[in-house]
Amino acid sequence: MSVRRLHPEQPESFSFTGENAAYLQKVIARYPEGRQASAVIPALMVAQSQEGWISQPAIEAVAKLLDMPDIRVLEVATFYTQFQLSPVGRKAHIQVCGTTPCRLRGADELITICKNRLAAHPFDLSSDGDFSWEEVECAGACVNAPMVTVGKDTYEDLTTETFNALIDGLASGNPPTPGPQSDRFFSAPSNGDTSLTDPTLFDGSVIGKYRAFDREELAPPAAPALAAAAPAAAAKPAAEKPIPKVAETQGLADSEKVPEQHKPSLLEAARDGKPDDLKLIAGVGPKLEEMLHKLGIYHFDQIAGWNEMNIQWVDQHLGSFRGRALRDKWIEQSGKLATGWRPSKDGAKPV
Amino acid sequence: MLQDKDRIFTNIYGRHDWGLQGALKRGQWDGTKEILAKGRDFIIKEIQASGLRGRGGAGFPTGLKWSFMPKQSDGRPHYLVVNADESEPGTCKDREILRHDPHTLVEGCLVAGFAMGAHAAYIYVRGEFIRERERLQAAVDQAYDAGLLGKNACGSGWDMDVFVHHGAGAYICGEETALLESLEGKKGQPRMKPPFPANVGLYGCPTTVNNVESIAVAPTIMRRGAAWFSSFGRDNNKGTKLFMISGHVNTPCVVEEELGIPFKDLIEKHAGGVRGGWDNLLAVIPGGASCPVVRADQIMDAQMDFDGMRAIGSSFGTGGLIVMDKSTDVIAAIARISYFFRHESCGQCTPCREGTGWMWRVMERMRHRGAD
Amino acid sequence: MCNVETLIPVGAEATISFKINGKAVTAYPNETILSAARRHDFYIPTLCELADIDHTPGTCRVCLVEIQMPGQAGTHTVTACNTPVKEGLAIETRTKKVRDMQKLQVELLMADHLQDCATCIRHGSCELQDVAQFVGLKENRFFDPTRVASREVDRSSPAMVRDMTKCIRCQRCIAVCRYHQEVDALVITGTGLDTAVGLRHGKNQKDSTCVTCGQCVLVCPTGALAEKDETDRALDYIYDPEITTVLQFAPAIRVGFGEEFGMPPGTNVEGKIIAAARRLGIDVVLDTNFGADVVIMEEGTELLHRLAERKKPTITSCCPAWVNFAEIHYPELLPLLSSTRSPQAVVGAIAKTYLPVKMGLDPKKIRVISIMPCTAKKDEIVRPQLSEDRTPDVDVVLTTREFARLLKREGLDLVAMEPSTFDNPYMSEYTGAGAIFGTTGGVMEAALRTVYKVVNGKELDKIELTQLRGFEGVRSATVDLGGNIGEVKIAMAHGLGETRALMEAIKAGEADFDFIEIMACPGGCVDGGGTLRSKKQYLPYALKRRETMFGIDRNAKVRQSHNNEQVKALYRDFLGSPNSEKAHHLLHTYYNDRKVELELTVKEIWGEIKMSTMIY
Repeated sequence: MSVRRLHPEQPESFSFTGENAAYLQKVIARYPEGRQASAVIPALMVAQSQEGWISQPAIEAVAKLLDMPDIRVLEVATFYTQFQLSPVGRKAHIQVCGTTPCRLRGADELITICKNRLAAHPFDLSSDGDFSWEEVECAGACVNAPMVTVGKDTYEDLTTETFNALIDGLASGNPPTPGPQSDRFFSAPSNGDTSLTDPTLFDGSVIGKYRAFDREELAPPAAPALAAAAPAAAAKPAAEKPIPKVAETQGLADSEKVPEQHKPSLLEAARDGKPDDLKLIAGVGPKLEEMLHKLGIYHFDQIAGWNEMNIQWVDQHLGSFRGRALRDKWIEQSGKLATGWRPSKDGAKPV
Repeated sequence: MLQDKDRIFTNIYGRHDWGLQGALKRGQWDGTKEILAKGRDFIIKEIQASGLRGRGGAGFPTGLKWSFMPKQSDGRPHYLVVNADESEPGTCKDREILRHDPHTLVEGCLVAGFAMGAHAAYIYVRGEFIRERERLQAAVDQAYDAGLLGKNACGSGWDMDVFVHHGAGAYICGEETALLESLEGKKGQPRMKPPFPANVGLYGCPTTVNNVESIAVAPTIMRRGAAWFSSFGRDNNKGTKLFMISGHVNTPCVVEEELGIPFKDLIEKHAGGVRGGWDNLLAVIPGGASCPVVRADQIMDAQMDFDGMRAIGSSFGTGGLIVMDKSTDVIAAIARISYFFRHESCGQCTPCREGTGWMWRVMERMRHRGAD
Repeated sequence: MCNVETLIPVGAEATISFKINGKAVTAYPNETILSAARRHDFYIPTLCELADIDHTPGTCRVCLVEIQMPGQAGTHTVTACNTPVKEGLAIETRTKKVRDMQKLQVELLMADHLQDCATCIRHGSCELQDVAQFVGLKENRFFDPTRVASREVDRSSPAMVRDMTKCIRCQRCIAVCRYHQEVDALVITGTGLDTAVGLRHGKNQKDSTCVTCGQCVLVCPTGALAEKDETDRALDYIYDPEITTVLQFAPAIRVGFGEEFGMPPGTNVEGKIIAAARRLGIDVVLDTNFGADVVIMEEGTELLHRLAERKKPTITSCCPAWVNFAEIHYPELLPLLSSTRSPQAVVGAIAKTYLPVKMGLDPKKIRVISIMPCTAKKDEIVRPQLSEDRTPDVDVVLTTREFARLLKREGLDLVAMEPSTFDNPYMSEYTGAGAIFGTTGGVMEAALRTVYKVVNGKELDKIELTQLRGFEGVRSATVDLGGNIGEVKIAMAHGLGETRALMEAIKAGEADFDFIEIMACPGGCVDGGGTLRSKKQYLPYALKRRETMFGIDRNAKVRQSHNNEQVKALYRDFLGSPNSEKAHHLLHTYYNDRKVELELTVKEIWGEIKMSTMIY
């Protein structure tokens, strides 16, 4: 792992091309106002695609563009290994994936070719300055190993012959079509597809076929009942399944415990010393109100803001009143009460 | 064996139109508006009932994760962040979704975003996936043009923006808090948890980070029902899954199969068997490079799912199998993986910083001296 | 400062029942395993965590424990520092598995740690050594000398040494620098095995934004951050027969030194220090408190001039870390600083001019040694402004820790020392006002006692200005000085974080004060960066030392600087009057803009820092 530093020889200046500058404006617009720093990786990447590597003026230009301190952009440029901090081959910088899946299928031989044909060491320029290479960590095309990345494209399922041909093609400005360099089709098995051969998947006949969501109520998650409710599943014969079912043995006790991370935000005291009258919630009396105060719950809007896990957490802390919070729909009730609505004298309840 | 009609990703090889027209014809974006009309709770409950576990490696129940998002906004926006920083050796499934079936993910962003009250989703694509990112962006643009995203997405009344973001080569950014740091324009170094992203995530706002596959299967689960999805696999290991088979098999490939499929069946059916026959199988890393390697005899009859891999002392990870035959110098193979982790360690915690360096040195020593 | 218990929300009840090592105990909601274990007296080793500064990065991994969730058969190994306790949890802290894993973590930490413990500045008070002993480390299979050799050692600063061969990357220093002092000079550099603590912009310490306050040294668990040791230079002077050694020690030394020798924290050991200094072979023992009284005369006079000229605010300049901070971070505010030198510099200057006259010494053969609770004082004595026309005013500064080291090197035990008294008739008497200089608010209180007298011609009715003696980070008050001055608005800040806030308010025109006291270290000099370290604690004795200091004032026969007979003699026989030309020449100084471009100040990225919690 080399220490990533800026190259000693730096160009005088850098500026984005008009096209790239316009593209980056679009990128910046993806992030909330004031969060333009999020665009730092895309901006550096555009700078690199423009110049081949990241120079100090490019870092400064990105910092200016995003209103970031130079040092922070430098931090990012040196942290991410995809950024080239030195000039690379004019015609191509070949990135050979050297991790295990590619090794298993011959990446070593590709690296040997790089050493012999391009430069003895990674990141060195070839004698004509046209090429450079490096061994990269997994490039994410493991089923098409071994592979290399050149610029935006990947060349996969390489052999020594096809890799040499690729280098020849890059040198002559006439590289082969990216993708697998065998006769294989992307990530499909090379001797014919073993799946996705049913033509009805592609003729439009599946449109509108599945409407499981048209049910009124969600059935309890017990599998048999559910199977009956969903026609698609019912159509699947059980005998087809080669996998033996294993009974679920995990106790419920643990899954019932609500983790502490679901604790809602609690207050040390009522805001301005004025708690809401929590007794207005149907099902909450003076005792329960006191308990809620002890927990740090004083206002309708606190309760209204809970999610399902929050309320379960609170419920767990209600001692003998356990179950009330859920049964009496506190969240819904409080939502209404928080807006200023009050039950009428005839006893109308919030929900 | 899974039938074609039950496969969610029907264009994983890119033999058909990846674009919106092709996606519509394959049944995507079908009834999305009606799904949203069922409401947040319905969607979350349905996903919970489906038994879907996160497809990024850790296997956390997806519906439960969604339910952690605050029910009502406290004024801060909610974010959905999709982790497409697929970087672990042996794992290359999201790439196929991104470039060949991107609308599954785009639609998933709308459904999942709606379910967690998010009006914006960021898809963090690893920096090396340049063409994949371009394809995904094109799919997102198509969806905007067709009114499936943006204001009143799909006519649902819900506003949903989906943004494509990317990294620049750092395995650590696959860790969710490091990914958020990176997305905020910083060095991708993990944050301390708690607070968890569901409380304090992207830009300090409630955030859920999900794997590409977890999000991309959601619309189909909603269309076909939790019962359909959970009819595959065994308890605790439900549904279908993309498997990636690399290394010493006759026909490496990506394929969607039922969770729990026996290892031998998976390899035999889709990967053309082990190079040189079954007797030639030495060992397998079953779920991506971070999973322990298992011997041939251990895995031969094992079920390919979370519990099945745990039962043989490994883990299911992302379902990326690295198959090694008897020609393999297994020490060299593991040494290379050790180098990968040493290279990618962010250096904050002792065992990883020091341990990965040491694992590599030990492996290298063994490699040069021979294992005795 | 704070401890674990105070972090528990008010009114919370320990409602969560769980077990540690089989014993049923309870925890507060959200409490971590570590915090609960400490409350119940179960020891779990820690290294990166420091509760007093709210720092739990969870990165060292030595606090591993084995937990079993209720209803589950298997166990998990988790870090105690950031795992919350759950109802029904069973925690084991001493199983074979836990002990083995803890041992492995420490062994890994040692992989690139220079283990030359005998030469280490932190010898004897090293937290890593403690933990290594705790886990029973017997060997170090992973040690890699080439990695140690490749790590950086930065000796550029006159005050401090940053030695990465001993860093365990706990990031406590970064936390205290960024969140408490808000100087934000330190950052994590590199990734993976190259991870280290560095100065921002990759600069060395001397050229960085560091102000050498030394608070990072107080929290560093190993010898990675330390004062620059100068005990050898002190010994060179002491044992040179040609040289007359003059020793001064700061107001805060006497209240923060005894615990190193087993005495209760806050014990006043002034007499023992004098005796020890004589045993060391020091020729003349002076008191920096005397200098403090002189500073009040000069600074008080200066303040009155400035008040009359309606120049405000005037800010104290006794604290060298604050002066560094002002010069490096807020040079635009330098005109507000009092030109009066610090008490140490005042004593040094007079010791090399006035004392030779009085005692018939050759000034060229005098060497002044200061004992200071402060790392930045080492920085102060090499300021070119303080030795323009002579040799330096002060020749060597020893921090409290170095002084303790020096006594131990010379085989002197402070406990056995019979207390002695000052015998110098010229520069060792001090008043209660000078004595309280070492704690926040002390300079202000001392100054007001004298200024009041000057304005009104009579002493304050109530000498102790207890209304100023709070401990909040920034305190302000309005004091009626009477006479032609009337009411003045004053403020006191301690800790550079609070100072930064105050300076920003001044820049924004939102703070209207006449006189401001700044001390860079939280609590003032009693908790300076040169004071004794406390393992696993940050500034635990602040209030005890402060109380002792107020006690010295209370028991002092004379409690106002202007009533110090030796000070009166100094002006009568030598300086003339406060702010005279001679006083100006010897006792005042000036400041330079040393602004370092701060692309990444706390202010600029405050929002993000708060958001990303513990990550640097």
